[in-house]
Formats: sequence, C-alpha cells, structure tokens
Amino acid sequence: MEIFSYLLAALTPVNLMLAVLGVSAGIVIGALPGLSATMAVAVLVPITFGMSPEAALILLGAIYTGAIYGGSYSAILINTPGTPSAIATTFDGYPMARKGDGDLAVTLSTMSSTAGGLFGVLALVTLGPLLATIALKFGPVEYFWLAIFGLTVISALSEGSTLKAFIGAAIGLLLSTVGLAVVGGDVRYAFGSQFLLGGVEQISALIGLYCIPVLIDLVAKPDAHLQAPEKGRGLRIAEGFGLMWRGKFNALRSSIIGTIVAILPGAGGSIASLVSYSEARRASKNPEAFGKGEPNGVIATESSNNATVGGGFIPTLVLGIPGTPPDAVILGALLVQGFRTGPEMFGANSAVTYTFVGGLLVATLVMLPIGLLIGRYAFKSIVSIPKALLVPAIAFMTIIGTYAIRNNPFDVVVMVVLGALGWVLCRYGIKPSPIVLGLILGPIAEQGFVQGYLMGNATGSLGAVFFGRPLSMGIIALILLSTLIPLWNSWRRQHPKEALS
Amino acid sequence: MRLFTWSKLPCLARLAGACLAALSLIGPAHAADFPERNVQYIIPFVPGGESDISARLQQKYFEELTGKQLIIQYMAGGGGAVAWSQLNGMPADGHTIMGTNLPHIIIKPMDKSAGFKTEDLKDFYYFHFSPDALVVTNDSPYKTLDDFIAAAKQAPGAVMLSGSGTQSSNDLSHAKFDKMAGITTTYIPFKGTGEAVTALLGKQVNASWGYSTVVANHRDKTRMLAVATDERMPMFPDVPTFKELGYDLTGGAYRGMAVPKATPDETAQKLADIFGQINQNPEFRKKMDELGFVLVDEPFKQVPAFLAKQKESYAPVLEQLNAAK
Repeated sequence: MEIFSYLLAALTPVNLMLAVLGVSAGIVIGALPGLSATMAVAVLVPITFGMSPEAALILLGAIYTGAIYGGSYSAILINTPGTPSAIATTFDGYPMARKGDGDLAVTLSTMSSTAGGLFGVLALVTLGPLLATIALKFGPVEYFWLAIFGLTVISALSEGSTLKAFIGAAIGLLLSTVGLAVVGGDVRYAFGSQFLLGGVEQISALIGLYCIPVLIDLVAKPDAHLQAPEKGRGLRIAEGFGLMWRGKFNALRSSIIGTIVAILPGAGGSIASLVSYSEARRASKNPEAFGKGEPNGVIATESSNNATVGGGFIPTLVLGIPGTPPDAVILGALLVQGFRTGPEMFGANSAVTYTFVGGLLVATLVMLPIGLLIGRYAFKSIVSIPKALLVPAIAFMTIIGTYAIRNNPFDVVVMVVLGALGWVLCRYGIKPSPIVLGLILGPIAEQGFVQGYLMGNATGSLGAVFFGRPLSMGIIALILLSTLIPLWNSWRRQHPKEALS
Repeated sequence: MRLFTWSKLPCLARLAGACLAALSLIGPAHAADFPERNVQYIIPFVPGGESDISARLQQKYFEELTGKQLIIQYMAGGGGAVAWSQLNGMPADGHTIMGTNLPHIIIKPMDKSAGFKTEDLKDFYYFHFSPDALVVTNDSPYKTLDDFIAAAKQAPGAVMLSGSGTQSSNDLSHAKFDKMAGITTTYIPFKGTGEAVTALLGKQVNASWGYSTVVANHRDKTRMLAVATDERMPMFPDVPTFKELGYDLTGGAYRGMAVPKATPDETAQKLADIFGQINQNPEFRKKMDELGFVLVDEPFKQVPAFLAKQKESYAPVLEQLNAAK
C-alpha cells in the first residue's frame, strides 16, 4: 500500500497551499478570454525551478485544471469561451444565464468540472500505462477522420440551418489556411506580409468572433445584459446536486469521452467537449431543449473538458509525449529540472507520480468550494455592473488578452476585424462556433490528409491508407451516423405518413 | 504595419517578470555595468519546445552571473518569421535579445513574405545544436545503417520516415543523406518533434529523422542508427557517427541569440561574453549533455564565418528541394 503513502504525501501544508493557490489563480486566468492555461503555466515555470518535481507538478497541474474550469465563467456569463475548451459551454450556459439561471449554470459547471476532473485523474492513476497505448494507435489518417468527424458534429449540432453551419465551418477552414502550411511549408494568402505568414491565431479569432458581437449587442440594445436572479436566492446548490444526480450518466459518459480524446496528442478539450455535447443531446429524451438553456448541455461539456486534464497527463507522464499544449510546457519544465518522464514514472519514479496525482486530486476537490465562492460573486457582479462599465471593461480585456497570446499587435487587428465580420454573419444566421471549430480543426484535417497522402504514395495504396485501417473505419462510421441521422430525422418530420406506414 | 511600439505595450510576461524580480532580492552584487537591468529573451516559438528548454537552462546561470533576470517571452508565428521580422524595431540597448535558429533564419528569407533577411539579425552567439540522427524503435528490423540503406534500395520510396517540420534540419538531412547513400525514401513532416516521435513509436512510419534529444528522452524505446556529430556523443558511446560510416553528414538544429541591428558591437560582445561563460559552466554543460544537446561556441566575431559555412552546406539541398516543388 505504498501508493497511498505517496498519495498522502500530497497533503503536506506546502503542497496543499500550492494546490489551493494554483486552482484560484487558474480560475481567474481561465475566466479571462485570451489568458490561456498554456500561458499561465509558462509564466509560472521559473517559479517552479526552486521546487521539488512533485511540488512543481502540483502547482502547474492545479493552475491548469483551474484554468480549464474558469473558462466556463465567461462562456456562461458573456457568451465568450475563456478557453477553447469552453466553446460548447456557450451553447446552453449563456441561454441559461439569459433566463436568469446564471447562478445555477455556474453551480452546475463547478460540480461537473469537479466530477470530470476527478474521473480524469483517477483514470490517470489506475489505467494510465494501458490507456497511453491509444495515443500510439492514432496515425495521421485517424486524425484526419477525427477532424472531419468534429466538423460534421458541429454542423449537425447547430441550431437553425445546417447549410449555414456548413458555410460557417467552411469560412473557418479557409481562415485556417492563411500563413505557413505545417506540412510542405507553402506560404498561402500572406500577400507578402510577415504578420499574415503567422496565420490567424485561434484564440484571437475566438475572442473576436464571440466577444465583439456580444459587445455590439450590449451597446445596441437597451435591455439588461442578463436577467437578475431573484433576491435572497443562494447558489442553488441543492438544485444543482439534484440535476447532477439525474445527469450522472451524462457526466460519466462525457468524462470518459474527455479522458480518451485528451490522450490523443493534438486533439484537445474543444473536440472532447463538442463530442460529449453531441452525445448528450443524442441520448437525451428531449433533444430539442439543447441550445436553449438545457442544464445537461453544461454538465456534458464541463465534465468532459475537465476530464481532459487528467487524460492529457496520461501520454505526458507515461510516454513523454505531451497530450495538450499546457502539458508540453509542463513537460519542458520537468526536463529542465533534469526529470525525465516515461515508463519509470510508474516504476522507479512512482513516488513523484502518485504524490502529483494526490495533489491533482486535492486541487480538483478544492475547486468545488473555491469555484462556488468565486462563481457567486462573478455572476452577481456581472449582473449588477452597469453596462457603461461592463462594455469598456470587456473590450479592454479582449485587446490585452489577444495581444498577450503571442505579443503580436497584429493579432488585435485580426480579432477586431473578425469580430465585426462575425457580427454581420451572425445576423445572417451564421454562428461563431462553426467558424472557430473550422479554424481549429482545419489544420488537423489538412495535416492528417497530406501525411496520409504521402504515406499512401509510399505504400502504393491510397485507398488502404485512408479507408482500410480498423480505427479509421470506426471513425468513418461515426461520421456517417452523425450526418445521416439528422437528415433521416428531418426527412421523417417532413414525411410523417410515409415513415409511419 | 506597426501599430504599437514594442516598448510601450506592457505584456503579461514582462509584468510577471518584474514582479518576480521585485520579490526575489537575490543575486550577488556586481561591478559590471552591463546588464543594467533585466534582459528580455524572446523565443520565436511556442513554449515547451527545445528552444524554450535550452533558454530555460541558460536562465538560471545568467542570473548567477549578472545578478539580473533573464526574462523569457514567446512570440510564435510563421515558423519564427513573425518575431524575427520585428526584432529591428525593438530597443537596441542589449536588454532585448531574441533566440535565432538554423536552418530557419537562412531558409525562411527565401520567401519574400518572411519580412526579414538573414543579415538583419545581429547574431552574437551560437551556443548549441540538436544533432540530426536516424532514429528507429528498439525492435526495428534495421540493426545498422546498412540494414536501413539495403531496405531503402530494395523498395525505392517505400521506406517512410517521420521528421519535425518542412525545410527544417530534419528535412535537409533526409535530403542530404538520400543523395549521399543513393537511395529514395519518403519523408513525412510533422509539427514538432513530439508528433514525429509519436508516429515512430506508433509504427506509423519505419524510421524517423529526429534529433539526439528525442532519443535522450525516449531512450527506453528508441535507438539511433547513426548521429550527425563529429565525434560519438558521450551519452551514446555505442552509436556511430555518419562520418565514421563514410557519410559526410554533420549538423542539426543550431540555436543562437541575436540583438537588433542598431545595437553597438561593444554591447553585443558583452552579451557574447556572458553567454560564453554560461556555456563553460560545468553544471550547465552537464544538464545540456543529459538532454542530448551538443554545445558549440561561436561567439560574436566568428558568427559571420559560421553562418557562411552553414549556408553553403544547405545550398545544394535547397536547389534540389525547390526543383522538386
């Protein structure tokens, strides 16, 4: 029972303090659009050099998990995901807040994030080495199909016209080709500018497309931003627990999806939460409620994206391959300390691993009280701040946040231009989510396709490379399901008699 | 398109660094007049890569030596071009330095949208490189370099190799070696060493053009058939060099540091002296060795000759790569 003594080592006062500090800082950073988990971790790396590997891991892991959760605040309260992982949280979180249920949405997000986070960490500690092999089974072609799957899911999910969702995704795909091609190194749509060579930064596009239309609407419409909650109502914790209990299978399914997607390096929280959302809607008895403020939508996305934290650590610790961008920074920090990850993390170095896992568990658990406390004030203050203060404050944050991503003023220009474009497109029914996901998934699809094509040429059988691998076939089946089922459903709605007979 | 000047806009990392400096009242008193304050060190890539890791290792010793902080910031985009094209707009007082990489800064400017020329960057020191290596998994049927060449000859184009990036050091070494050995193999570029080694470990490819650093991190699962260094690496005494096997292939991804062009030579020289001293620190050397890096010393005065030599070694391959496009 050595494992337990290692796990308990996480409970030293210093480690506990690091976990609490890390989570609190992470929540604030995650809630501010533009300040990402990757950046938070990178800024703090020098501080960890004076620490033991366990303590460093606990601090960085706590910030990371807090940031992923914190992203849901801005998603729910101002319809702008604080991190890309929270994109799908806007689907139901913001409608809930509009209806005056912002407090309930924050409570649910806190509970689901804690549940998902715990699941991911437990998967890491129990099945880590086994699950790591999944990362290696995925080749370029599987990533290509996974990205295509993501794109079909977003189109099927969108409220309103599927065609408009496809148009949005196509705009995102087009934007993703600007700059330097990863595979091949070709320069596209740069028009001789070194700034365009750097491409459209995903997070600046996300801030522009979500946040600017919200700001314009806040100024253009006279009514309040969000419905104020009834007076004297708490955080509706009992109600939240009730909804969580009823949504327990949803939370479990979403946590499993989040953990598995996170093991694939390069996939990440945005895909995980999207797939979980889609599955939650598919399994739901009243799928029509999704997108209009359905609590299960928030439960699905938030449990799933926090499960990606533990899941992402699986390839990082077991194989030495970072599962997500923040993991890459954490891995780098460990290497600088002269600490090598790999199989010995579960052998010779298992003391460090288990103490870290213990710390991550503690960090995830303290997220519940800290999150409920911060959430209470976040919702109240966003509701009570007058628009004349709220709008400039958010506008200021979007600019600072966008600039800080890569210290590049041009990204701010791109953010504002895309924001204006996004506002116009939104009026014609083209929502920001398909555009942003096109931008995120485009490079994954392109890279996988070109690599698969090169492999196909080398082996002399393109068809076998793209369609002949069992994993690919599985994903293709999912793609067909997710595109054909909505078509079938709408056909059935239009032809009720024929379907009955 | 310069909307803001570099010095006016505060940024998160800079603020954080200032806070750090205020918090830690450490560092020996120094008589030297340079650096007067903390030095900004801009890495033109995302955090977590090899450029970042090696800079992080320098960070500690820079502080020991000067009593000032070395503050690392990231300015990723366009494979480094976004940062390098802006270097000359930054303060030229030696307190802003930027990481530079080979072959990037020689190859990038061949496209006009790169926005900078190699000569625009005032490199003051090249401090190490990640040697290229031909990497296979431990259970690979290729036991030696000759096995690999024989397999490639038997089925031209069918042997697939993963590698990090296009027109990167890996890509160039692949092209060079194929030419030297008279073989044709398929190079599949990945985004960074992490993805390239994942493809190798997952058996998506037969081998990998990687760096010795990759094998240092994955030595339980991978081995090198040969490494592009002048002499065998102390960490891998059993791995032959390409040279001793009869192929004149040495080099890899070199990393250096540059200042804006307007920086006085004297200041550049002082910076070169500081980083030269770091390169001599036994603890630093040991850590770099363990990660699989190979230290080089190309100080300010020698940089032009060093760059000219590297450029020459890329030329024939570049013609070949461009012709293939």
